[in-house]
Amino acid sequence: MKTGTRNLKRKPQEIKQGADNNPQGSPTPPKRARSRYRSYTNILSLAPSERKFYGAGIPGVDLQGLKGKLIVVEGADGSGRSTQIAKLVNWLEDSGHATVQVGLHGSTLVSEELEQAKTGNVLSHRTMSLFYATDFADQLENVILPALRSGRMVLADRYIYTLMARDLVRGMDEKWVRTLYGIALEPDAVFYLNVSSEKLIERNFLKNRTLDYWESGIDLGLSQDWFESFSLFQKLMMEQYHKLQKIFSFTIVDANHSVEVVYNILRKEIENLISVKKK
Amino acid sequence: MNKLPGKSGYRGRLIVVEGVDGSGKSTQIQLLRRWLESQRLKVFFSQWNSSELVKSATSKGKKKELLTPTTFSLIHATDFADRYDRQLAPMLKAGYIVLCDRYVYTAFVRDTVRGCDPAWVRELYSFAVMPDLTFLFKADLEVSLERILSGRPELKFFEAGMDLKLAPTREESFRIFQGRMLDKYMELTQEFGFTVIDANLTIEEQQSQVRKLLISQLDLEKFALPK
Repeated sequence: MKTGTRNLKRKPQEIKQGADNNPQGSPTPPKRARSRYRSYTNILSLAPSERKFYGAGIPGVDLQGLKGKLIVVEGADGSGRSTQIAKLVNWLEDSGHATVQVGLHGSTLVSEELEQAKTGNVLSHRTMSLFYATDFADQLENVILPALRSGRMVLADRYIYTLMARDLVRGMDEKWVRTLYGIALEPDAVFYLNVSSEKLIERNFLKNRTLDYWESGIDLGLSQDWFESFSLFQKLMMEQYHKLQKIFSFTIVDANHSVEVVYNILRKEIENLISVKKK
Repeated sequence: MNKLPGKSGYRGRLIVVEGVDGSGKSTQIQLLRRWLESQRLKVFFSQWNSSELVKSATSKGKKKELLTPTTFSLIHATDFADRYDRQLAPMLKAGYIVLCDRYVYTAFVRDTVRGCDPAWVRELYSFAVMPDLTFLFKADLEVSLERILSGRPELKFFEAGMDLKLAPTREESFRIFQGRMLDKYMELTQEFGFTVIDANLTIEEQQSQVRKLLISQLDLEKFALPK
């Protein structure tokens, strides 16, 4: 773009700041730099999305006005979701796309009470399920939809699928669960990071050293032994994820590979997604 | 006399009062509760939006006006599920007369007036059993408004439906919002077999009607507390 190049010549200081992230640190020769910088100035606008809710949706939302992209990364704990999201955010922002990150259980409305409920473990599965749905709805309406409206790329560290899988593992009625989450907006892409259960266990212990009550499904009474309960619970979750994968057609990414390999796959997929396809 | 079997299939019976804010339903169910208790019957009373844990989130949401129609609906469903699973269903199974100040119909009416999808709301509450008797208290809106304002200085934000931006003042908004709710209640009357009570009548007249109906439909002796 012409304007971009002209600006580059006039204000080298400003541009340089942005490029300081570069780990090499050493000053780059001006000639090479110019061509390198130029690659950051050709920012493609996001291709329009076909928007719809899964079911009932949120009343009063103008779907056409949601100009950003919603990208979901799903996967069990230890599948590398947050590592990948961090890398994707860096890349996207470097290439000029504003991003917003969102996770589960962070709503201003009920996150405190949810935490309490989890600690006390006094609520029924159904109540917990609705509590989580409330939390999700609050984030959907107050974080995700506004960000999309303002044309941002939203990277969601898990979405309704994890919530649904947890409900289904706990025996909630499938029709009920799907209707409940019919409020959700269909994402532009859902990547499921698939990792073998052995690897998951390995990564979990590397990270936490202690098994989490809920992530081990202790409330289900699968086994008195926590390690065994964790393994059984993760297996049940995986079964549900695979069922949901067929219904919602996630892109399955083999996340047994190294961080870099997985990142490159995701990046390529997202590149295809945001650029207007040339025919 | 042939009394109806319980609709829930449980030993207990479920009695519900519904109506717009200020219709006097809470007064009526309190009087009913007092009477049944003084007859030494097994009675359990539960109020809409009263589960301890959920209530803190709901009141925060209301105070800070954080609630949207969807989260408003979901948080009330959460509250209901908690009371239902831990109290209502067990008490019905244990053979109690369960009295509910508002039940799923409040959600069917209120959430859909706020714009939520009716089928969605119904599915949320699909786990709940049908009541044996539902009283709908139907008062003129002006009567309701007067009843509320005689008890406290101002209408509440959500009770007036201010979140829907129907009118600039709370009173005006209340009339429109509660008017729509009343219409919705009337729409559901036939489908769910509400017993409509004229809530413009005196408290005593209404209570006599309620008690008479209850006696005609329930074999009260069966619910006597053990001696």
